[in-house]
Amino acid sequence: MKRLMTCIECPQGCRLEVEADGTRLISVTGYKCKRGQAYARQETEAPSRTLTTSVLTRGLELKMLPVRTSKPIPREKLFAAMEAVKRIVVTSPVKAGSVIAPDFLGLGVDLVACRRLEKA
Amino acid sequence: MKERQLVIVGGGPAGMAAALAARGAGVSDVLLLERDQHLGGILNQCIHPGFGLHHFKEELTGPEYADRFAARVRGDAGIEVSLRSFAVRLTPDRRVSFLRPGALEEVKAGAVILATGCRERTREMIPIPGSRPAGVYPAGLAQKMVNMEGWIPGREAVVVGSGDIGLIMARRMALEGVKVKAVIEIQKTSRGLVRNVVQCLEDFGIPLYLGHKVARITGRDRVEGVDVVKVDERFAEVPGSAFSLACDTVLVSVGLIPENELLEMAGGEIDRRTNAPVAPEVNLTSVPGVFACGNACKVYDLADWVTRDSELAGRLAAEYLGVSPA
Amino acid sequence: MVRDVIIVGAGVTGAAIARELSRYRLSVLLLEKEAEPAFGVSKSNSGIIHAGTQNPPSSLKGWLCVEGNRLLREELAWDLGLDFARCGQLIVVFDAADLPELEKIKREGEALGVKDLQIVDRRWLDAREPNLGPEVKAALYVPSAGIISPYRFVYALVENAVKNGVQLRTSSRVTAVSRSEEGFEVTAGGQVWRSRWLVNAAGLYADEVSALAGAPTFTISPRKGEEYLLDKKREHLANHIIFPLPSATSKGVLIIKTSDGNPMIGPTAHDTPDKEDLSTTDEGLAEVLAGARRMMPSVDRSDIIAYFAGLRPASGKDFIIRHEDSVPGLVNAAGIQSPGLTSAPAIAVMVADILKKRGLELVPKAEFHRLRPRPVHLFQIPLEETRRLIEKDPAYGDIVCRCELVSAQEVRDAVKHGARTLDGVKFRTRAQAGRCHGGFCTTRIMKIMQEELGLRVTDITKRGPGSELIKEERK
Repeated sequence: MKRLMTCIECPQGCRLEVEADGTRLISVTGYKCKRGQAYARQETEAPSRTLTTSVLTRGLELKMLPVRTSKPIPREKLFAAMEAVKRIVVTSPVKAGSVIAPDFLGLGVDLVACRRLEKA
Repeated sequence: MKERQLVIVGGGPAGMAAALAARGAGVSDVLLLERDQHLGGILNQCIHPGFGLHHFKEELTGPEYADRFAARVRGDAGIEVSLRSFAVRLTPDRRVSFLRPGALEEVKAGAVILATGCRERTREMIPIPGSRPAGVYPAGLAQKMVNMEGWIPGREAVVVGSGDIGLIMARRMALEGVKVKAVIEIQKTSRGLVRNVVQCLEDFGIPLYLGHKVARITGRDRVEGVDVVKVDERFAEVPGSAFSLACDTVLVSVGLIPENELLEMAGGEIDRRTNAPVAPEVNLTSVPGVFACGNACKVYDLADWVTRDSELAGRLAAEYLGVSPA
Repeated sequence: MVRDVIIVGAGVTGAAIARELSRYRLSVLLLEKEAEPAFGVSKSNSGIIHAGTQNPPSSLKGWLCVEGNRLLREELAWDLGLDFARCGQLIVVFDAADLPELEKIKREGEALGVKDLQIVDRRWLDAREPNLGPEVKAALYVPSAGIISPYRFVYALVENAVKNGVQLRTSSRVTAVSRSEEGFEVTAGGQVWRSRWLVNAAGLYADEVSALAGAPTFTISPRKGEEYLLDKKREHLANHIIFPLPSATSKGVLIIKTSDGNPMIGPTAHDTPDKEDLSTTDEGLAEVLAGARRMMPSVDRSDIIAYFAGLRPASGKDFIIRHEDSVPGLVNAAGIQSPGLTSAPAIAVMVADILKKRGLELVPKAEFHRLRPRPVHLFQIPLEETRRLIEKDPAYGDIVCRCELVSAQEVRDAVKHGARTLDGVKFRTRAQAGRCHGGFCTTRIMKIMQEELGLRVTDITKRGPGSELIKEERK
C-alpha cells in the first residue's frame, strides 16, 4: 500500500511517498536527506515522538522546569508519559541536560532538564 | 550621564547573538537590558523542539537554545546584563532611559541595537465580532500560562489561525488533556510549518478547517462557543456554511508584529503596515547608530535565522563604532 | 440594623449619590450586582463631559447636564483627583444648508445656560483641527465640554464615599424587595438588608428594581452602542471631541479624545431587546468607520486596537428622577442615558433634595473628607517625577505592562483600592489596555493579585464570578 507522509525531522517538511506492507517498509521516495528515509521507516514501523513538557519545581527560580525525553518515545506512550510527568517535582538546582528521571517509564530514555535553574 | 559603548535592548536570542558578535568584533563594553528576570526572552516559554538545526546542527528546545547563548553571555566580562530593566525612552542622539526596581537610569550610548522582539496580533486586530468573555487568549499568552506557570486555561479549545504558535499550542493543550476541537484558518493553506501540521494536529486528530473563519465568539462571562463559517476567495462568507463549536477557550494565533515603539520615539521611520523599521537593508534603521535585529526588524519563522542576522547586527554596530577585533 | 438609605447600583449615578449622602450623618449601604463598581453601563461610557448642548431647553437632563458640568469642573475634578480635561467640543456640518440647525443648537444651549458658544468657519477649523475632512464646512464650538475616564470617575466617587462611611457590597444583585414597618427589606447577594429609604440607580435593571419595590411605573429599553478605540499613536488625531449634527435618537458617530490618550470612534445607536447583549458586529464597525472617516478621512481600520459595546438604559426621552408616591420612601434615578455621566453630580444633589423634602434629615458630618489623593499613573507624569517615586518606592520601577507603562506598585495600589478582577485592574491602571491586550502582562498581574488577595489562580476572574480565567493549576 502506498501512502503520502510529511517528514517532520526538520522544518523543511519533505513530502514522502512511502510504500509499505502493513508495518514493513518497502520503498520511499521524495526525501532530500537521509533523515527523511529513516523517518519514513520509523513512522511506518514504530512512530515515535520526542516529548517536551514542563514539570513542577519547589524552591527554584521558576515554578516550572522545561523538560524533554532524551530520545523519541513511542507515539502511543505520549499520554502515559504526561501522566507520569505530572507526578514529578524538581527540588534541586539543575543544568540543561540534568537527568530528572532516568529510564523514564522503562522506555530506555531519560527525562532531562532543558535549562539551568538555580535556587530561588 | 554614564557613557556606554553599545547598549542592546532585549535579552532574547536576537540581543544575545548581537552582544556576543559585537564582542567578537571588538566592542569592549556592552550593556544588555532585559525586562524579565532571566535572559532568553520568548524562547523560555517555547519548550517545544525545532530550534538549532541550522546553527547548532542538532535539534533543541527553545530553553536549550537560549541556555547555550545565556551561558556564553554570562561568561563574558565585557557584557553587563541588567535584568528586570525596561527601556522607556530613546532619543535620536542615543540616550537610553530605563527603569528597574529601585532606579531610573540614563546612559549615553555610542551605538544602540534594538532587539525588542515582537508582539502577537490580537483578536481585536482581525477583528472577531461577538461578545468579550474570559477565555479568549493570544496563543503566546496561553503558552506562557501553561508552560511557565502550569495554569491550564480551559477544557475545550478552538484555535483561530494556523500560525506555528497556534499549532504548537493545539498540541500542547491536547497533551495537557484539553479537548482541542478545531484549528480555524481563513487562508487556503496553513500558515505554519508543514511538520507542525503533522505532528501537532494529525497526531492528535485535531481537525484543521482551511478557508474558514470565526464569525462570532459567544458567551457572556466565559466563552461558550464560536460560530464558524466558510469563506470564498475574497474572504466573503459562503451562505449556508455556518456551524457552531462549543468550547470554553479560544486561542488566537493570527500573526506577529515587530515591537518598535522605542525606535519610533527616537524618530525612526516605521512602516505603518508591518511596523518594521524602514531601511535599505536588514538590521538598519533611519536613525544613525541605531540598529534593529531579530523579530523587531522583521518577523522570522526560525530562531536560527534570528541568530544569524543578529550576529550581523552586532558586527554592524562594531563597524559603526569604528572598532576591530582585538 | 436598619440603615437610613440603601442605594441600588454602583454605577456613576449610584456612586455620586452615595458620595453626596456621605456628607451627612446617615448610614448608607451601596449595593452592586457586579463584582466591582462601574461594571455595568458606566464602564462602556465614552467619557465625555458634555456642556449641555444637544438637549431640549425644557428638559430635566438639559439642566442637570449644565449643572453637573459645573460641579465637575469647579469642585469634583480637583477634590477627587480626577483626570478631567476641558478640551472643548465641535459639532460639525457637511452642508452649509445645515447652518440654521447649528444656530438652533446654539440658541437652545444658551437657553440652558451653556456659555461661550460660537459658530466657527472652515478657516478657524483649519488652524485648530488640521485632520478634518474636506466635507466639513463649519462647526459649533463648545468650549466647556471635556473628557474624563468614566470608570476612574466612578472609582473615585465610591472610594471617597467609603472613606466617609458608606458601606459597599459588590456581587449583590437585588432579588427581592419587601415593605416593612420601618421601610424596606432588600434581599441581595443572599442577605437581607433593611432601610428606611431606597434609592434605585440600577441602570439597565432600574425598571425591574422599581417593580420589585412595588412601582412598575416605567420600562428600560436598552440601546446599544459600539465603540472602537484607536492606537495611542493617534492621540493627536483630534484636539476636540468631534460631533456631527445629532439625529433623532443619538448624537451620532463621534471622534472622542479620551483621558487615556487613545482616541475613540463611535458609538452606534441601535435598540436591542437584550440587557446582556454586549456583542460587537461587522456592521457596527463599518458604520462607525464610515461616520468617523467622513469627519476625519485619515482614520484607518488598522488604527483600531480595541472595541466594545455598551447599553444605554433609555426610558423615553428624559431622565426619571422622582419619589414614587405609590411606594413612600422609594426614589428612582432611572433612564439615565447620555448625558448621565456629566449629570451624575447634579443628579446626586437632586436626589438628596428629594429625600430631604420627603423627611430625611440631612445633618452635615463634623468631619467630611472632601479630598481624595490622586492615584499615581506613570504614563501621566514626566520621567523626573517617576525617578522621585522610584527612589521612594522601588516597585514603581518594576514595569509590568510595557504598552501602557504600568508598574507593579500601581497594580498593587489598584488592588488595595478595591480592584478584585482583571478588568478592575485594567480600568484603574490601564495595564492590559494597550496594543498587546495583556499578552505580556496578564500572568504577572494575576500573580500580584494572588499575593495581594490571597487567591488561588483558579479564583481570579476577568469581571466576576463565571468569568474565571484558569480552569486548573498544576501545583
